[in-house]
Amino acid sequence: MKTIYFNKFYKSFNILSGILIIASLVFLVFKGLNFGVDFKGGTLIELRTDKSSANITKIRDSFNQMNLGDVSVKNFGNETDFVVKFEKQNSNDPQFIEEIKTKLSNSIGNVDFRRVENVGPKVSAELLRSGVIAIALSLAAMLLYIWIRFEWQFSLGAILALFHDVIITLGVFSVFSLEINLSIVAAVLTIVGYSMNDTVVIFDRVRENLRKYADVKIFELTNISINETLSRTIITSVTTLLALLSIFIFGGEILKGFSLAMILGVIFGTYSSIYIANPVLVSLKVSQRTIVKEEKE
Amino acid sequence: MLYFSKLRVFSVLIFTLIISYFTISNFTNVDDEFFSKNIKLGLDLQGGSYLLLEIDNEPVITQRLQSKVLEFKKFFKDKDIKVRNFVIEDKSIIFDVENSKIEDVKSLLDDDKSEINPYFQQYKSHQFNFENMDTSFKLEFSDYGLVLLKNSSLDQAIEIVRRRVDEVGTNEPNILKRGNDRILVELPGLDDPGRIKSLLGKTANLTFQFISSSSEESFGTEKLSFEDGSSEAIVSKRIVLSGDNLMDAKPTMNNQTNETVVSFSLDRVGAKKFGKATSNGVGKRLAIVLDGKIISAPEVREPIIGGNGQISGNFTFQSATDLALLLRSGALPAPLNIIEERTVGPDLGKDSINAGIMSLIIGFILVVAFMFYKYRFFGLIANLALISNLFLLVGILTLFEATLTLPGIAGIILTVGMAVDANVLIFERIKEELKNENNSIVAFDSGYTKSRTTILDANITTLIAAVILFFMGSGPIKGFSITLGVGILTTLFSVYFIARLITAYYVIKNKHKEKLI
Repeated sequence: MKTIYFNKFYKSFNILSGILIIASLVFLVFKGLNFGVDFKGGTLIELRTDKSSANITKIRDSFNQMNLGDVSVKNFGNETDFVVKFEKQNSNDPQFIEEIKTKLSNSIGNVDFRRVENVGPKVSAELLRSGVIAIALSLAAMLLYIWIRFEWQFSLGAILALFHDVIITLGVFSVFSLEINLSIVAAVLTIVGYSMNDTVVIFDRVRENLRKYADVKIFELTNISINETLSRTIITSVTTLLALLSIFIFGGEILKGFSLAMILGVIFGTYSSIYIANPVLVSLKVSQRTIVKEEKE
Repeated sequence: MLYFSKLRVFSVLIFTLIISYFTISNFTNVDDEFFSKNIKLGLDLQGGSYLLLEIDNEPVITQRLQSKVLEFKKFFKDKDIKVRNFVIEDKSIIFDVENSKIEDVKSLLDDDKSEINPYFQQYKSHQFNFENMDTSFKLEFSDYGLVLLKNSSLDQAIEIVRRRVDEVGTNEPNILKRGNDRILVELPGLDDPGRIKSLLGKTANLTFQFISSSSEESFGTEKLSFEDGSSEAIVSKRIVLSGDNLMDAKPTMNNQTNETVVSFSLDRVGAKKFGKATSNGVGKRLAIVLDGKIISAPEVREPIIGGNGQISGNFTFQSATDLALLLRSGALPAPLNIIEERTVGPDLGKDSINAGIMSLIIGFILVVAFMFYKYRFFGLIANLALISNLFLLVGILTLFEATLTLPGIAGIILTVGMAVDANVLIFERIKEELKNENNSIVAFDSGYTKSRTTILDANITTLIAAVILFFMGSGPIKGFSITLGVGILTTLFSVYFIARLITAYYVIKNKHKEKLI
């Protein structure tokens, strides 16, 4: 197979990644994330209407008359399905949902509540906290694992790649105001696992090649390793993306955000294994001595 | 890496077949209990309600402190120690002790064998912590004392919740403790939790108290409003009878008034108390109070001696049924708040299953086709491993009766996509080995050997993520972590035992063929 000179573009792609990370952070800080009811508290109702009567404006108007705080209404999948979210949650009042349903039926005709989620402020705060802890914990566990398995230069590269993927994925969610809910946390954790997986495969090869070729510079060596593992990288990301695309397209509305986050994560994860993890090895001047020294100890 | 003993081949086959059997058992009806296991569907797939209840322990704490104050008064009286100015303030008891006895009181409270402030050896903690300033003492629950109190009220509450849910008769409810002040209620198949919510939302403290004619009652009086909000009445604080003495309650029709009422019968103690009180109170109005609201306050026309009575109060048949149910199941020790509710209708659940299965099938076909295109014969081997992987995964989930959720299905699909990675790593490595090695058996063998650590590394990272998710996530997300985690294990099995076995047979048979892979 023809060798591709990935290493020629280390610099330019690092600059690009830097820009993307900064842009993502700017968005995350100034625009923030669009938290769903899981993390913000409030009520979510997925409803299905009779074909004839309803549109977003009508539904929003009738909800606005009920004094429920901020109301957002969105189409959900097809024309007759909508998701309504509002701040107020009053799950202690057993009639709360029933009353909304009656009022809504009066103004727009028959509705069917397909899903109701009602999350109190205490629970949403806890869910948010445990979500953040889960992500932090998984990053820490990966760090620990890679630290045990590799030399610190490799760990640093892998971890930087992980942060890169997570930050940019969240950045995309911020830019497009996509909803962050519990399943996105699951997606982010899986991204962390996948990105690590991808990096480890290349790093294993780099280390093997370091032993094999004493006099090849790390700049060249990373490129050899990337090329040797390239077909695996491509095949695996293609099969994973095929599976994810199938969820995204056919898996229903509820899994859309989840699969989208994963798709982004797999793309960034594959990219960062090549363009973040490896340049770190180059700039840390990893050589045969790095691993030989470690092994002697 | 290519050698398999006969025993090993045999055990791999048996194991795969047995586990796969459980996969199939999901789609068949077998009478045997052990062999007819089914995967449990999560609430998001079968429809149903998830309620998280939190006990409001404040009133319990106050109640407990009040009774503790009574205990203290009696205790110190017996010990001949003068104490006064008992106040309950900010969840603590404050009182004053005569000057000469301060040290005595301290040692009584601090003693490991203290009767009044029990010491729990295993937790190294008294029930109460105390502070002493001059003659004043301040006691509050220690952390452990509070945990003990919360646990006991949680135990009581969960029992009452269970009775109420059972009485409504939903199928297979799941009622679990969460922490020390929460109860999780899962109600499969229930798409309108309104009634259950209103039943769980009531403490159902029933008392009978006389309406007070004069305000100078020895027990004191309180002002309560009627259930329908129409008016208020002054009620004696003396409790004639409480719901604890109730044996049974059911909705009935009162023939004279043609009204729906709740008839109740009392236990012996209750019947006696009730008989005595109503004998003395003929002509007075007896208020029936539920959770601090008067349901009705009929006049006592004659003593009620038999221990049977009726509660009237503008009931519909439904509300009478619910009240009777609440009275039968008993009062909660403290109010419950619903802090999280998730309800999925049955047809959304069905749609989700269909969408999930659809995307699984399509994802599977795409991956299988791609693998065949890339590797031809070895693609078939990888695909065979993939199929057995799926059977193993679903089989294990069935065997352990794990709960399958929508994200769980996503986890299976993702496993399909990622599972081929291991075989890809191996095949690519073998291709590289074949470039420098003419003996294909040696090349295959070292291809397997050299890729092994990489494959382990790669799978362990994903496994770490799955384990963390399992412990941190809840509900549907937990379902995802289970399928993802189990998927990794079945992937490794199918790659290293099934795919390698077939590869080994093939390579050994065709070792002289050019361009094996």
